[in-house]
Amino acid sequence: MPKWFTPAAILCGLMFIISPVLIARAPDEAAMGMVYKIYYYHMPSAWMFLLAPLVCGVSSAFFLARGRAEDDRRAWAAAELTVLFGALTLITGPLWARRAWGTWWVWDARLTSSLVGWMIGWAYLILRRYGGPGSDKLAAGVALFGAVNVPFIYISVNYWRTIHPPTTVVPKLRADMGVPLWFCVFAFLLLFILLMTMRLRLEHARTRLDAMYVALDE
Amino acid sequence: MTGPASRPPAAPFARTVWMVLRKDLTVEMRSGEIAYTTLVFAASCVLIFAFALVREGRAPEGGAAGILWIAILFASTLALGRAFERERQAETLRALLLAPVPRPAIYVGKLLGIVALVVATEAVLLPLVDFLFTARLFAHPFWLAGIVVTCTVGLASVGTLFAAMLVRARSRDMLLPVLLYPIVVPVIIAGVQGTAALLQPAFDAAVVRFWLLLLVTFDVVFVVLALWTFEAVMSD
Amino acid sequence: MSPSMNNGMRVVRRALGVCAALLLLAGPVLAGQNQPPQPQDEFVPVGNSPAPEQIPAAPLLIGAYIVVLGGLFFYVLSLSRRLGAVQQDVQRLEGELKRRGRS
Repeated sequence: MPKWFTPAAILCGLMFIISPVLIARAPDEAAMGMVYKIYYYHMPSAWMFLLAPLVCGVSSAFFLARGRAEDDRRAWAAAELTVLFGALTLITGPLWARRAWGTWWVWDARLTSSLVGWMIGWAYLILRRYGGPGSDKLAAGVALFGAVNVPFIYISVNYWRTIHPPTTVVPKLRADMGVPLWFCVFAFLLLFILLMTMRLRLEHARTRLDAMYVALDE
Repeated sequence: MTGPASRPPAAPFARTVWMVLRKDLTVEMRSGEIAYTTLVFAASCVLIFAFALVREGRAPEGGAAGILWIAILFASTLALGRAFERERQAETLRALLLAPVPRPAIYVGKLLGIVALVVATEAVLLPLVDFLFTARLFAHPFWLAGIVVTCTVGLASVGTLFAAMLVRARSRDMLLPVLLYPIVVPVIIAGVQGTAALLQPAFDAAVVRFWLLLLVTFDVVFVVLALWTFEAVMSD
Repeated sequence: MSPSMNNGMRVVRRALGVCAALLLLAGPVLAGQNQPPQPQDEFVPVGNSPAPEQIPAAPLLIGAYIVVLGGLFFYVLSLSRRLGAVQQDVQRLEGELKRRGRS
């Protein structure tokens, strides 16, 4: 692991310990009451869920253009994080919606496109696992289409009639609601970077292991 | 990765597209294999939906559009798989890729071939759905044609890319729908919504135009992305 | 997922907007224009009046936090396990390669 990893991991752990305190001290929301506080974890995971396919898609584009294995490894790591943060987003969202909208799920543009993005993440991982040789380039193609979906998820709330809050909510937050939110966003971002580093490390170790097996055979 | 500069002088783009398309259509005209199997498969799909959903001679409200597009999606998956399986068995795809022609032209030729095949299937499927579900699909034929063609192009653009890429993969028959469906879900949604809007008793051109524009957007994005990816992936 | 049906021009304008934004992969868009009435575009801190409680909020809230923290914990756990297993193999093979080099 790189030198900064341990201090960063400790910092990230501390941030996740402090975050519930900050969230508990934030005021309740007028229309939704206490349940809106799911927001403080829902939105950061949703942003990571948008960031991960972008990282995956950009790395895949580089991989297709330059053919370096490093780009491919980064894309794979990001795809796994897409599925992880997608799961967190898609579980916390309905828990919030149950109280705020009175229903677990609606088939509107935001929720549907998010689900589609999550499924593309799964398709990528399944392809990597069961595609056999040559699936790295194929998966890169899938990742490009997954990345194109991201801006669609982001803008969908502003163009379609939906009950999901639009993107304008965030800049309008009052300070006592905004500070805990941005704290959580940075905690999640740091976590994202740490998880990427760990996942890349795993892929490096696997590559090394393969090389050693080859060396032993000779 | 060989750049275009190191290759021999390339045949003109349009001519290559036409040659690939003509080759596919000629093979298909002689055997009719994909056209007939796809058609029978799609028709059986629609019939199964009719058995399952039509009660007392009435289809569920708005069901016809969904059933039409599910049948088209399933049938085109089958057609895509078979079209490239044929290329694989005869090793002709490799020959095509080795030929001194622009690669995107090969993709466009294959894409047009698939679109022609799926549109031919739709030409039979649409009256069938219209008849079985009393859906009045042909009330606005031009809008219908626009929605059907744009949706088919969106479907086929991604499908052709992944079917071509999967030619060498191990479990390609299973992987094609797994990769294809999540990516084309937005296209299918727009197609279903557009078709459903056509079936409304109170026809609203603005709504149909909205879905049509969205479909055109998907087509442009998908075709551009697929062209670039095809060039990059098929380069070795 | 139905577009607003009342105003034709507005639908077209929105569709064109979606086109442009998709093509340019645009990030932030013209926010706040043409908002339908339903969504809240602002979170207002609660005053003195408590919100009406039909569905208990606490289990949902606590459930959400448990899911996120639990999910992250298990992912980190699985990652470190996979990493540990691979690194163990690497060390084992390193030893073996060294022994072979010597003999």
